[in-house]
Amino acid sequence: MDAEKVVLDGDDIRRTLVRVAHEIVEKNAEPEGLALVGIHRRGAVLAQRLHRLVEDLLDREVPLGDLDISFYRDDVAHRSEHPVVHASHVDFPLDRRTVVLVDDVLYTGRTVRAAIDALFDYGRPARIQLAVLADRGHRELPFRADYVGKNLPTSKRERVSVRVEEIDGHDEVALVPAPEEVPA
Amino acid sequence: MTRRHLISVERDLDRERIERIVSLAGSFEEVAHREIKKVPALRGRTVLNLFYEASTRTRSSFELAAKRLSADVVNFAASGSSVEKGESLKDTVLTLSAHKPDVVCVRTPWAGAADLVAKWSGASVVNAGDGKHEHPTQALLDVYTLVRKLGALDGAKIWIVGDVLHSRVARSNILAFQRMGASVTLAGPPTLIPRGIENLGCDVRYDLDELRDADVVYALRMQNERIDQPYLPTLREYAERFQINGKRLHPRQVLMHPGPVNRGIELSGEVVDSPQAVITAQVEGGVVVRMAVLYELLEGARSPEGGGTRATTAGARDPQLA
Repeated sequence: MDAEKVVLDGDDIRRTLVRVAHEIVEKNAEPEGLALVGIHRRGAVLAQRLHRLVEDLLDREVPLGDLDISFYRDDVAHRSEHPVVHASHVDFPLDRRTVVLVDDVLYTGRTVRAAIDALFDYGRPARIQLAVLADRGHRELPFRADYVGKNLPTSKRERVSVRVEEIDGHDEVALVPAPEEVPA
Repeated sequence: MTRRHLISVERDLDRERIERIVSLAGSFEEVAHREIKKVPALRGRTVLNLFYEASTRTRSSFELAAKRLSADVVNFAASGSSVEKGESLKDTVLTLSAHKPDVVCVRTPWAGAADLVAKWSGASVVNAGDGKHEHPTQALLDVYTLVRKLGALDGAKIWIVGDVLHSRVARSNILAFQRMGASVTLAGPPTLIPRGIENLGCDVRYDLDELRDADVVYALRMQNERIDQPYLPTLREYAERFQINGKRLHPRQVLMHPGPVNRGIELSGEVVDSPQAVITAQVEGGVVVRMAVLYELLEGARSPEGGGTRATTAGARDPQLA
């Protein structure tokens, strides 16, 4: 069995986030309406980092929030484990704002769908954009990201593992090969 | 995935599950403070409230909890229904099962009835009080209220005062408080403390002389219908010896009561309105805790029909659902 392959190391992630922060600032000509919202858990960590970078670039305060989308998922019946649910924090009005949703990996699009539903329960943003560290393809819903850190062609059986220092102790994006087929 | 139930603290709630529900309830707290107090988590699911006893707050909080999770709610009250025409509990449950509820919340005056409902219906069953037996969601919301107030229950000294004999709340709460690491003392007149209850691992007192030891004072409701029975000489004598009042309650103690309060009997009016009382917080916690209970029960549970129309894709099951 192949070992996992690191596709982005700590430096790559840092540089990538700097580039994405620049793109966010470039694309949004009216920074007063900008806000960042990260999706739990690693998306929220990445949103915090992007938030610092974007605030530095704009030299102004930008609201930051985080969302747990567990209650908006469409698969409550399909999970057998009990994932930890975090509280969401969106403490600023969304109306007329451009919200940049931040997540670690874009895959089927179901998380994004749930996050957009969740956002609308907090208010009516003028615009929602999506920033992801890695886009691994295999969409099941018609979404695309506005800001992509890295496109990662994957097979459906591989896993993309995003590790961040705040949770995992170090920064890294790795491709984890599919487990060996267990003969029935 | 087998159907799960919440019928008794004794059988269904270990510390891990209590903590999971308390933590989920904390996440729902945020939902309760939004302008739109609703999430789609249980969209398309049906919750049936089957109430054979009058209960305003338990029923309304189950109903609100289910609605805030976007479930459909059917309320079935025994009065005004075919139960008055003599339909048995079993027939009622079998008839209502035709609505294919995912969860049945059942309140009855008969101990053990919730277990029977679980056997007869295809749904997950939540016991909303069965006679003198148990009332697990009350215990959960009381644990939740205390965790929010004190941080944790480990090492807390909790006194449960009053009519323990007729109280399903006492039974469920003793077990839940102990499983969360608290020590429990029961106090009341000997006629209202069941014999042998110390086998549950709690202390028993027949006076309030050492009430000062308690971190938490949990007063039980004195049920008026008991006064005709030989349990108590008079309510006035009960109030004299066991009423929690300003003289007995210390400012550092937390005061709880499952409601509705009989002012002037188990509690004096001044303590009900005191800053030590968390009685309103208990009611508020009722909705988020019941949201957590319903969500936790259905997590991983297919609907009774097998959920054939719901999409199952590798992506949706993948923990990395991004």
